[in-house]
Order: sequence, then structure tokens, then C-alpha cells
Amino acid sequence: MNDTRNAAPASPRKGALGRLADFFDDRTGYRALVHEALYERVPGGARWRYVWGSTLVFAFMTQVITGLFLWASYSASAQTAWESVYYIQHEMAGGWLLRGIHHFMAQAMVVLLALHLLQVVIDGAYKAPREVNFWLGLILMMLVLGMALTGYLLPWDQKGYWATIVATNLAGIVPFIGPSIQQVIIGGSEYGHHTLTRFFALHAGFLPGALVVMLVVHLALFRKHGLHAKQPITRPDAMFWPDQVLKDAVAMLAVMAVVLGVILVPAARAMLAGEPIDPGHLGAELGAPADPSLPYAAARPEWYFLFLFQFLKVFEGWGATGEFLGAIVVPGLIMGVMFLMPIVGRWNLGHRFNVAFTLGVVAGAGLLTAMALNEDYYALWVDPASLAEARKLHEETGGDEAKIAAALDNDPARIAAMKRQLERLEKVEHSEAFLAAVRQAKADAARAVELAGRPERIPPAGMLELVRTDPKSQGPLLFAQHCASCHAHVDPEAPEAASILAKSSAANLHGFGTAAWVRGLLDPAQVAGPAYFGNTAHKDGAMVDFVEDELTKADAWSKADVQAVIAALTAEAGQPVPTELASLVDKGRTLVASDERCGGCHRFRDNGTELGTACDLTGWGGRDWLVDIISDPTHERFYSDSNDRMPSFGKAEEGASPMLRREQIELIADWLRGTWYRPAAGTH
Amino acid sequence: MQQPHHLNLHVGPPEEGRRGFLAKFVALACGGLATLTPAAVGVWAFLDPLRRRSAAAKFLPITEIDTIPADGIPRQFPVITDRMDAWTGFAAEPIGAVYLRREKGSDTIEALSATCPHAGCFVEMDSPRKCFRCPCHNSHFQFDGGIVSPSPSPRPMDALECRVAKNGQVEVKWQRYQAGIADKVAQQ
Repeated sequence: MNDTRNAAPASPRKGALGRLADFFDDRTGYRALVHEALYERVPGGARWRYVWGSTLVFAFMTQVITGLFLWASYSASAQTAWESVYYIQHEMAGGWLLRGIHHFMAQAMVVLLALHLLQVVIDGAYKAPREVNFWLGLILMMLVLGMALTGYLLPWDQKGYWATIVATNLAGIVPFIGPSIQQVIIGGSEYGHHTLTRFFALHAGFLPGALVVMLVVHLALFRKHGLHAKQPITRPDAMFWPDQVLKDAVAMLAVMAVVLGVILVPAARAMLAGEPIDPGHLGAELGAPADPSLPYAAARPEWYFLFLFQFLKVFEGWGATGEFLGAIVVPGLIMGVMFLMPIVGRWNLGHRFNVAFTLGVVAGAGLLTAMALNEDYYALWVDPASLAEARKLHEETGGDEAKIAAALDNDPARIAAMKRQLERLEKVEHSEAFLAAVRQAKADAARAVELAGRPERIPPAGMLELVRTDPKSQGPLLFAQHCASCHAHVDPEAPEAASILAKSSAANLHGFGTAAWVRGLLDPAQVAGPAYFGNTAHKDGAMVDFVEDELTKADAWSKADVQAVIAALTAEAGQPVPTELASLVDKGRTLVASDERCGGCHRFRDNGTELGTACDLTGWGGRDWLVDIISDPTHERFYSDSNDRMPSFGKAEEGASPMLRREQIELIADWLRGTWYRPAAGTH
Repeated sequence: MQQPHHLNLHVGPPEEGRRGFLAKFVALACGGLATLTPAAVGVWAFLDPLRRRSAAAKFLPITEIDTIPADGIPRQFPVITDRMDAWTGFAAEPIGAVYLRREKGSDTIEALSATCPHAGCFVEMDSPRKCFRCPCHNSHFQFDGGIVSPSPSPRPMDALECRVAKNGQVEVKWQRYQAGIADKVAQQ
């Protein structure tokens, strides 16, 4: 070996650099160390199949580097975690790329782990004398998965939050000690600051610290035993440097290129399409901030844990025992078998069992992952037309088997075919619900980012407060919960409008107060239709009569008069008055106030009309007016005794609390009026 | 069992020559590029603060002129304004303090920043000795901000632009200056 160690013979006239190198070598012996590290013999020559371990070390190094830089900008608390990640992703120079590399390299690491494990098992590299190193490898694998699990929570967004709730609850079903484990991990009985500080300490301290220690031993043992060569050896040996290092380095660069590709391909695609690129939307996703009060139907673990998620479904209906079996016993048994592999592998048949078992586990996990994805995305690969008949029948019969049979003339063949169709329909509907939840989650996330970019920034109480006081986010939820059982809120131009309006039993509030809405109200063809009074007790009321009879009399109401009233009411609602109507507002106000016209029934400002016959048109459709009518439609300013079914949401008996708090009613009113924060054009 | 190294018969010396050099070069280039990518991206993000500038100095209302008696003795007032801290916006928060003083029989207000020009500590009033004193390194200043020698501070206390609005509001142009140097240089 001396020939290589002293490959460069000492020159009598050494340069300054050479002398400096000598100085350090004399005092540290680094040349011998470097030599030791690089000139390891690779029996049978360098091979691509040996690169997996090196790429894993490289992936881990990347995570350490990017993780430390992320740490420099991350703040682990329930009020700052989402906010600081938002800041990294959307405001810091290069933050999106830094986070993207960390996020996708973590996923690459899971793939590389699987490849490394497969290679070791298939090549029999776990056998004597390398048993201990195999066990260390399995521990390293669990540490990496632990870091993946803890890292998922850190942005404190909806998906990380709900995935962590599931994971920690599963830990809680371990007999006897489960609840205590759970309480210690989440730092109390509620998820909050200490859940984050603990997960962060685990993710960036305990787990990587343990991993480094294990990795050092893993590598030391690897060097002690030497590389486990692929048998039979047919080619001459080579040296680790440069032959194997070259292959390792190319593989590392390839891994990095794939990670960068995943991040940058959407940008390239946008660039080719000539669309603007917002780097904040590249790389890792950031969902809406975690909200324990909002259902999150899009909750799924990271894709590499999907097989466990799906596996739990195998035990559906088994209750807590099923969860215990699926989440703890079976995975525990699989890990147990893997730990025993070096012992089992002493026999030739044992090695074959080990290979078959590992391939079986990987195939099983792959199959479960495919099943999970298929359940979620099923609707995407089913032609909706093929299920139209089943959907129609299901709607007509309400799923009643006897009715279905009757509709199919009791033909057993057709019934059986329809049954299969209905099963598919159920799967499609299940998948559609998931896809809708994903769309909603994306919209919520985009809205949160939009709000966080306001010039006033995020309030000290955190992003959630901003989301909860945002009419655009909260309005639809409150409306769906409290108003939508009667009122529709659908664009009349939308294709689905007719069927939605047919099911509603009160006015369509989409665009309430806008010129288009008022125009419809004053349109004899629409006023008694489902979008206005058609499905209410006012269908035959005075207003409908007036619009149908009076407004059509050209001598009483000219077209210009009607236009003027539209202009005045739109202005009263604070909605934009179309330019062609702008000059008519004052005329309209006079008409609305006049005893001969609207003022005959309606109070308008100081026209002196008694309240109690018709709605007060003062401030009609404005924020205060809307808040007041939602609070109490039976007030004399509104419907008084003729109120049709609408609850007084803001009124309560002595000692009771109203159905809606004032702030909630204001959110509904602001949402109906379309007044919410919009970013100025050109910003995001 | 793995054979001990000295028994392996296929050993050859590492390949030298042009091919060996190329292999080494490509290996170093690929490995270097792969490892430097995350490091460079990290440094890019880490240097983000260099892009950020503090808000431009502007006049902020501090108090009514009547609250400053014309007796030559400074009074301390908080400086309150909206503050941005990375992602958080704080509305109307105290962000610092000023000393305001009016000479006997004068209508002009003098404003001094309470930040010590030496190392940035909060300068306190020493009423019995009729001077300012910094608790950190004992810099002393007169009530007009002048240095009481010997002093660790390289310059007098930082005077701030001050004006009285028509309604009697005293407004101060709030600005921080670099500490530790003899010249009064505004912080960016």
C-alpha cells in the first residue's frame, strides 16, 4: 500500500501550500485518515447497486443543511409556526426553494431507504458478521420515519395538524401506557404550543442526534467488515476512490436533480405557457392554518404512510382492537421479523424466506398505497356519463331496493348489473367528496396566504384569528350551517342553478343588493320565480302583485322609472351602480320615497310612511340593514307578523344566547355583500 | 465470510492516467455540485435580512405641548406607532422612548433619543445630579444631551427633529442611529 500512500514523492523544493500541508499532517496525521477513508477496496469493482447507502448519507446531509437554515427562520408555537413558515415560503428570498428541497428530499429519503433495504436483503448483506449493522440500519430507518412524522406537523397547517392527531391517537391505544405516551408526546392533553416545541425538539434534536450516533457506528461497522460484494466476483477489485465515489457522486447529483425537478417543473411549465410564476406556490405546500373547530375531510398522511392508513381500513368494524392490531401489532410483528432476519438467514431457505418476506411487505405496501389512491381519486378515472343512469335511478328511488327492482322490470340480470353500477356510484361519490375537500383545502390555503399578505400583516394573536374574522372564509360556512336550508346562493347563470333553486324555499341571495339582483326582483317574469318570492309565503303577496301588475303598466311606470329605482336601491345597498344608471340615482330616490310609488308601502328615509306594512328601504341591502334583518326579521322595519319562517338569529329569550353572535351575523352580511379583503392588483 | 484484504488476488493499483483523472474530476464535480446546492440555497435564504430596510423615518405624535413645563428639565415619553415584526403587525405599540425638554420662557421643544449612542442601552435621568446617566457603562450627559467628560460615549445624545403642530401636538421624527461611532449616522 505504500505505493499509493506516497504516490507524490516529496519534492525537495516544496511550495508554501505543500509545506503548510506537511505542517498539518505532522500534527494531525490527516493524510493517513484521508487515505484510510478513500482507499477502501471494493471487491469485484465499483457497482451502481452499492450507491444507495451513500445517497442516503447525502440525503441526510442535505436535510441537516436545509434544516438548519430553516431553523434560523422557524418559530415553534401555535401562534407563530404557520406564520413563520408562511414567511419562509412566501416572503423570504429563496425560502420556497429551501423549504421545497427539505420537503422533497425527505420523500426521496424514504424511497432511498426502501431501495437500500431491498439491496441489502436481496444481496444477503445482513448475514454474519454484519448482523449488528443490519439491526442498526433498521433503527436508522425508524429514526428517519420518526423525523418524517414529526416534521409533518411543524408548519401547523390543517393537514399536518389532523395527521398528527391521528398518529398520536394511535399511539394512545397502546395498552396501559398508551395514554401516558400520548400525553407526553403532545405536551399535555390539548394540542398546542408544547406539541410544537416537543415535535420540533424531536425533529431537529433528539432524532437526528440519535441518528448521527447510529450512523457513525453504522459506517464504522461497514468499514470494519468491508463492502458486501455481489457474488460471484467476476471482475478485478477496484478502489473506493475514485471508482465507487464517482458512481456515488453521480447518484447523489441525480437525487438532487430529481428533487429540484419536482420543485421547478411547475415553474418551467408556467413559463412555457407564458403565465406569471409565483415562487411562493412552488415546492412544498402550505395548507390553511390549523383549526381544531373546522372539519378537514382532506386529511391524509404523507404518501409514504398511506399504506398504513389504508391498512387500518382492513380492520374496520373491529373497533379499538382493530386499530390496535392494524397500527401496532402487525407493523410491530413485521419489524420483529425484520430484526430476526440475520438469524433466520443462516439457513439457505431462511435467506429465501427473508427475500420473499421483504418483497412481500414492499409489494403489500405498494398495493395498499394504490388502493388508498384509487379510493380517493376514483372519480377522476370514471366517465361520469357511464353512471348517469345509476345516479338518476338512485335519486328517484332513494336507494330503495324494491323500487329499483320495480324500475328495472324485476329483471334479475338488469338488477345485478345496476347493483354493480350503484356500488361504483357509491365509490365515485366517496371520491368526489374527497376531491371537493381537497379543492376546498386549496382554496382555504390560498385565502390564508392572501390575508397574510395584507399591508397590516398578521395580528399578534396569529393567522387563525384573521381567518376566523374573514367574511370570505367564514361567510360560506355560516351560510351553509344557518341559511342554506332555505336560501340558495348560486349564480343564476350557472348550469346547476335551476336544480338548486328548485330545491330552495327562500330567495337566492347570490349578489344580493347588486343591480342584477334588484333587476330580477323588479322583473315580472322573475319575482314569483324560485330565485325571489316563488317558494315563500309571499308568493301571492303585495310585492309580487305590484311587480306583476303595476310595473307592467307603461303609463304608470316607464322603463326609465324602473331603471331609476334599480339605480337607487343598488346605491342604497352600497353596491356599484352600473355607469349607464349612475345619473338616475337621485330620480330613483325620489320615486322610492314617493307616496305614489314605492313609498306608498315602504318607509324610505324621512318619507313618513308607517313601518309594519313593508320593509324599510332606508339603507336597504347595506351592512346595517342586513345585520338587522338577520338578527330579527320580525322587527317592524322588516316583515313584522308576515315573516315567513325566518328565525330571529340575533334575538334570544332572557338568559338564553342567540343562535348567532353579532360578529357571526356581521360575517354573513359582509360575505353576502362581497366586502372582504382583496389584494391590490399586481400583488399576491 | 469476507476475505482478509491481503489474500485477495485481483488487487490492482487505482487507475492512474487520464481516465483516472477524469473519474476523480467528475466525482468531485458531481459530489460538490450536489452538496453545494442545498448549502447555497440555505445561504441565499439566510441572507434575506440584507434585503430588508427599516421603515423611513417619519414624524410621530408624542404628547401635548402643555405636558412639558418650560423649566429646562427633560421629561420621558414613549414613542408609539404601528410596528411590523417579520409577519406580525402590531398596532400602536411603544417602540422606544424620547426625552422632551423646554427651556425657561421658550416655545421650542428639544427632543433627545433615550438610546445611548455608546452601545444602545436605555439612558436614564439622574434627577438629583441634574444629568442623564447610562446604566450600562456610566456615560453621563447634560440635560441638553452634551457629553460629560470623561465618557465612554463617542458622541452626545442623539437629538431628534421635533415640531409642534397647530393643535399643540408635539411630533418627533423617530430615527435610530448607529451606536459606538463619533458620527451620527442614521440606521438603514
